[in-house]
Order: sequence, then structure tokens, then C-alpha cells
Amino acid sequence: MTEAGISDEIKAMIGTMTEPSIMEVERGAIRRFADAIGDPNPLYKDIEYAKNSRYGEMVCPIGFFGWPIKGGGLEQMMGMIMPAMIKAGLFRILDGGVDYEFFIPIHAGDTLTSYGKVADIREREGKSGKMLFITMEQTYLNQNGDKAAVARATIIAR
Amino acid sequence: MAEKQIYYEDVEVGSEVTPIAKVASTLMLVKWAGASGDFNPLHFDDNFAATQGTGGIIVHGALKRSWLGHLISAWAGDEGYVKKFSCQYRGMDYPRRMASMMDPAEGETWWCKGAVTNKYVEDDQHVVECEIWVENGQGEKTTPGSATVILPSKKAKK
Repeated sequence: MTEAGISDEIKAMIGTMTEPSIMEVERGAIRRFADAIGDPNPLYKDIEYAKNSRYGEMVCPIGFFGWPIKGGGLEQMMGMIMPAMIKAGLFRILDGGVDYEFFIPIHAGDTLTSYGKVADIREREGKSGKMLFITMEQTYLNQNGDKAAVARATIIAR
Repeated sequence: MAEKQIYYEDVEVGSEVTPIAKVASTLMLVKWAGASGDFNPLHFDDNFAATQGTGGIIVHGALKRSWLGHLISAWAGDEGYVKKFSCQYRGMDYPRRMASMMDPAEGETWWCKGAVTNKYVEDDQHVVECEIWVENGQGEKTTPGSATVILPSKKAKK
């Protein structure tokens, strides 16, 4: 078995940025999302209700980030990082969880630009050997350039 | 939501976040795949899942995350605002099979639950912190997390 751990090659990836990606927040996507998870909130479905609410428009559900609003360049980041991890014998990838911070409401019709960064890579000793905890951070700006949200996803490689 | 708005003064440390029941079915997983764009066959194809060491098709972590998003945003209400949200995917969950085109077979029900862990006023914002989690039919917390919510205050209400 290959010696698993943080090689200099992997460590050097901390701070790597991705190309920005642009995503539209669509009313139909919000409706399908709410329907799939069984959330009856009229802010996700009823345009009249939403227009009369404090938001004035359908809003983006919390869980919308990650899927279907993908992290900026998450796949690109994984593509960059995977060869070094495979070389280190860490090729089983798990989704560890997410952490969101919201700064302003995100509405249907907004266009989000997302920038991704490899925020951190840490090594831990697990039951089955070494594991890497990779934190991918995505910052979302709206069409006015205002910071709307930051999402941090933890990827576990072992 | 069109339900009664909760206010900062209504909650104390230990207060319950109104629980929500969910039934993960193979139908829901397919709807989630379509709504989210996550088409990993681990979540709908038995033969593929058998090669992945998960003991069968499993519920998407991001679906459980979105259930928790439903839980906390429904509790915060239209006048509340979810500022921070996080969850970790700790345990695997297995969806119910379909008994008919519309209805899942008898089986496990999941509960999204939460409790207030802290409350304070900061920069004129009425902040409430909660622990939240998804509990499976055996009472195990497969998806623990936390949320920080800004609630309206009765004092600030005009």
C-alpha cells in the first residue's frame, strides 16, 4: 500500500482558485426543488404570494446551494486535486457535509457568479488509516456584485 | 409560510424547533436527482449500488441537507432569516421502495428536529442558534447540523 498523507504536491493546492462560473436562479428550478423535497412553502411556488411578501419575488431555498446551484468549479477543483490524491492512495471520496453563510436574500431571476477556492486540506487518522479532509469554499456574488453567500463543502478522501 | 410567525421572545434555550416528518422513497430520490442534477446511480440503481459497499441504494446527503433547510426555514417563517446553516453526513439512510405508482411501502419515517441552543441580541439583530438533525426510524441522528437564525422581535414590531 502507498504511504497515504499530505504530499507537498497536495499541500501546494491550498489556496488554488478556479475559474468563475455563472448560474441563473430560475423560478422553475426552485419549484421543482421544493416539490422534490416536499416543502410546501408558497415562497417557492406561488408568484403572487412571493410578490406580496417582504422579498417581492420567489426566493432561493437554503438547500439549493451545492445542488442544483453547484459550487463554483467544484468539479474543476476535484479534477486538479484527484491525480495527487490517487498517487497518495486516497481514491475513495465521501461528501462530508456543508456549511453555508448567507448575507442577503437570493431571488429567482438573480444571476450568481461563483468563485471556488481550495480553502484547506487537513490530515486525520481514521479507523481505516489516514484520511484527508478537503474544504472547498465557494463565494457567490449576485448580479450587482454583492456577496450573497459562502458555501464550504468538506470532501473526505481515504 | 402562511403559518403563525415565531418571535425572538417566544423561544428559550431548549425550545423545540417544530419537527417535520419525511419519508424517503425511491420516487423521492429520483425526483431529487432530477431537481438537483445529481445523477449518481448510487441513489437509484441496485446493481450499481451493490458494487459500492453501501449495502444498497442510499439517500442523497444533499437531500437530507435540504430537508433540514425546510425544517429551519419553515420554523423561522417569512419574517425570519437563516443566516448560517451547516450539516454533516454521518450515517447512511435507505429509501422505502414503492408499493404503487404513488405510494411508498410501509417502513421507516425520518424526522427533522431541532432545539434552541443559544439566543442573544447583536447589532440590533435578534439571533437564535439551534442544533438541528435528521433522525432515522431507529432514532439515530444520521445528519446532525446547526443553524443561526435572525428572528423578528415583538419589541421592534410597530
